[in-house]
Amino acid sequence: MLTVAGYIVVGSPALLLAIIGLSMLFGHRLTERFLAQLTETSVVTGLIAALMILGMMLLTDVRHVPVELGNWVDIPEEHFHFNVKFLFDRLSVPFVILTFVLCGVIGAFASRYLHRDEGYHRFFLFYALFQLGMILSSVAGTIETLFLGWELVGLSSALLVAFFHSRPNPVMNGQRVWTVYRFADAAFLLGALVLHHLTGAGDFEKLTGAGPWPEGIATISPSNALIVGTLLLIAAAGKSALVPFSGWLPRAMEGPTPSSAVFYGALSVHLGAFLLLRVSPLLEQSLPLRITIVALGLVTAIFAAVTARVQTDVKSALAFASLIQVSIIVVEIGLGFRYVALSHIIGHACMRTLQLLRAPSLLRDYHAMENALGDHLPVNSSYWPGRVSNAASSWLYRFAFERGGLDAMLDEYLLRPFLRVFQWSDRMERRWTTFLSQPASKPASEIPPPGD
Amino acid sequence: MIPELHFPWLELSIVIPFVGAMICGLQRNTDVARRYAITLSACTLFCSAGEWVDFSTLNTFSAHDHWDFVQSVFHRDIFVIDELSAPLLPLTALMYFLTIISTLRTKAGRFSFGLTLLSESLALATLSCREPWVIITLLSLAILPPWIELKRRQRSTRIYSLHMGLYVALLLIGWTLVNVSDDQQNVPLLASAMLTMAALLRAGVVPVHPWLTDLFENATFGTALLFVTPMTGAYAVMRLVLPVAPAWAMQSIAILSLITAVYAAGMSLIQTDARRFFCYLFLSHSSLVLVGLEIVTPIGMTGALCVWLSVGLSLGGFGLTLRSIEARIGKIQLDQFHGLYEHMPMLASLFLLMGLSSIGFPGTLGFVGMELLVEGTVEVYPLVGIALVFTAALNGISILKAYFRIFSGTRHIATVPLKAKPSERFSVLVLSLLVLGGGLWPQPGVHSRYHAATALLQLRSTTTPEHNSDQLEQNTTTPSALEQLLDLEHRPADSHSQNVHDGSASDQLNESTLPKKSSSETDSKHEH
Repeated sequence: MLTVAGYIVVGSPALLLAIIGLSMLFGHRLTERFLAQLTETSVVTGLIAALMILGMMLLTDVRHVPVELGNWVDIPEEHFHFNVKFLFDRLSVPFVILTFVLCGVIGAFASRYLHRDEGYHRFFLFYALFQLGMILSSVAGTIETLFLGWELVGLSSALLVAFFHSRPNPVMNGQRVWTVYRFADAAFLLGALVLHHLTGAGDFEKLTGAGPWPEGIATISPSNALIVGTLLLIAAAGKSALVPFSGWLPRAMEGPTPSSAVFYGALSVHLGAFLLLRVSPLLEQSLPLRITIVALGLVTAIFAAVTARVQTDVKSALAFASLIQVSIIVVEIGLGFRYVALSHIIGHACMRTLQLLRAPSLLRDYHAMENALGDHLPVNSSYWPGRVSNAASSWLYRFAFERGGLDAMLDEYLLRPFLRVFQWSDRMERRWTTFLSQPASKPASEIPPPGD
Repeated sequence: MIPELHFPWLELSIVIPFVGAMICGLQRNTDVARRYAITLSACTLFCSAGEWVDFSTLNTFSAHDHWDFVQSVFHRDIFVIDELSAPLLPLTALMYFLTIISTLRTKAGRFSFGLTLLSESLALATLSCREPWVIITLLSLAILPPWIELKRRQRSTRIYSLHMGLYVALLLIGWTLVNVSDDQQNVPLLASAMLTMAALLRAGVVPVHPWLTDLFENATFGTALLFVTPMTGAYAVMRLVLPVAPAWAMQSIAILSLITAVYAAGMSLIQTDARRFFCYLFLSHSSLVLVGLEIVTPIGMTGALCVWLSVGLSLGGFGLTLRSIEARIGKIQLDQFHGLYEHMPMLASLFLLMGLSSIGFPGTLGFVGMELLVEGTVEVYPLVGIALVFTAALNGISILKAYFRIFSGTRHIATVPLKAKPSERFSVLVLSLLVLGGGLWPQPGVHSRYHAATALLQLRSTTTPEHNSDQLEQNTTTPSALEQLLDLEHRPADSHSQNVHDGSASDQLNESTLPKKSSSETDSKHEH
């Protein structure tokens, strides 16, 4: 029964993606109404199955339910198995339920918000891709399955940021998000391979020992835990927009409000923290790694707190507010408070979704409140004026306004030197081919078309 | 005695396009020539797919035609299908078919169907052939159709002629030296060097790659695409270099290919012309295949052979999409936005799907191959593995960048409909289903490539015992590079059985060629 419910949890978003994807591939346009109903059915089915699993786990006092799909790829002679396995435990079940609830809310909201929008179908395709990625990441029983879901989330996020694709800005921001994700994913892939090598399989059960999450004890040495943990921390930092990758988060707000809400405010931005929670027994093995995680979380929290104060649009302010909470969650994970971190994720995700969904009507809400009060809303006085010198205040303002110069720093020290090297190579190559191809080819405009 | 297929599939798949080339060459009406080319390339695809299906039912490593005409005349098995070439033949035929069918009528005058079918015949003959001299002859002849096209288009042929002339010369002299050598297992240094150099030239490895960009810029996109996608450079390595080359030759190919993979990935990011962008993207991916072919472990080589197929199909489809877009809007500049999504959503989806498949995105054909390749590489050369992952990341960035530049960023105003034609929609569907089907159900493909990989490793072990024993000694007496990098004292006892080096195929491979001491050492490692 638990196994069947497990299949339904994964199968319902997969089926939704298959139906939308194939209908678009074959050029068949589904009606908005049908698409909305299909999405609703898929989410409700998955949610009911997840709640059933939760209920049965509570009733039977089972805290660890593995569901094996078998070997997706198997080379028995080499003992190479790509095992697709799902794990329902105290970490994955709450995260799956959270995903279904928030995706359901967003699906219902988006079906009205994007009504008659030319990108309606495209939005729901990316939505289905995202939902499947989130569910796969949440219930992954092996690191390879988690990577699979992780990549789906990355792609759908980048495409959703560029959703309003007739303007260059959203597109360039989507490109930026994708670039950060690709490097984070590269770190993840390397971490997964090293982990696979160390434990003999990418199975989380082998990594965390016999005990169910969070009681497992990792079976690898502290030095190896540091190597793997660092790679996975880079991956998590990319996905959760921790320093120095924080620059992509406000850029991601170029996407439509429903996607910003669920992807960057609520679910996607927590995926890095979820990864750290999933491998938390591994983190326990290395004190330097835990110190690094706490430090990274603190730095990001301070950075986000300072930057959030000067944002002039509501979505960017909410993005940095999200980042503050995510950083605190990372600190909690580093300190070993796993249940606190999980509860924090759930609470924060729900609240932020509500805030982001209300963001487009913020002014209307303010007006409604002011009308009810019969006066302007009170302006909170800040603690800092008078306690910080003007010069420091001005510097801090510029620092916050330029978002810590993180993007500029990455551009200046990584991107530009990289581009300069290859642009120089390109010029040299062109010179060389021009030299070799004397006499030069005629331009196409001077060549008569065939048959003339 | 080599088993027989049930029908002369191989010879038919070579003869049909050859006859088609003559018919189309004589035909003045391009529309009629196009129809002939479509029909005959479809027949060729049917024959090559038939030979693959027929071959897979035989459960053998190699087979030749039923009623083998060439064998009955020359008394030698010249055209033979084996585990390596079996899927490459239908893949090549498919790419030719899709290229021909997706050629718009308006562009038919610029694209020679006769030369394309001649190229197809030569490519399929090369991939079906195991006789070194015949392969060399076919590889040499295959350079002619693009050269003729460049001449017809009044383009400079100097770069192409210089590189390809050198390539043919190196092949001919190198193999002559191999033949005159007394000891076939220790071929002269010069011969190995020449063959290696020839393979590097054909593969377009840095710094001898400018002919590739030149070809893409000056030939028609279709011709350039079909000249590179069958990856006959990699095939030449497998058939001509691998059996005779010493370890250093293969290692130098691998090192240069790795540099090329990273360099071309970086170059693809900064290109402003779509053709050059595609050229570098393809070069980066094909170099990854060459890197993998040097990873002399079953997993690594299986990964390389899987990537070979996925890159051929994915980037072939990617190139065809670019070609279809170019046929509509002319030269594509990547330094500006074109916003074509609204006009051609289907081509946009195919572009993205094929691009993602080429970088090994989950759920597509390339995913498992890339996983196996990186896993096999990280095991033996961790730094090379990191470079492969870095290359894939760069390629992923450049693919999405190109997607955004071509399909978004602005609103394209078109005075004529730009949507995909029925023939293009057919190509889109076929390629998408293959890429997604192969990605969701990868086991048959991986199984077939694993068999090919173990057979090739066995071939290598019998032809170059010195290299193999060195490799085995390295694998059995010292920990692998990754093991040295990591502290493996704390590894669970049962996990060694998962190590890619420990597989029984390696044992099986080495049993035939190595002294008993090695076997016992391998066993002791299993128990470790």
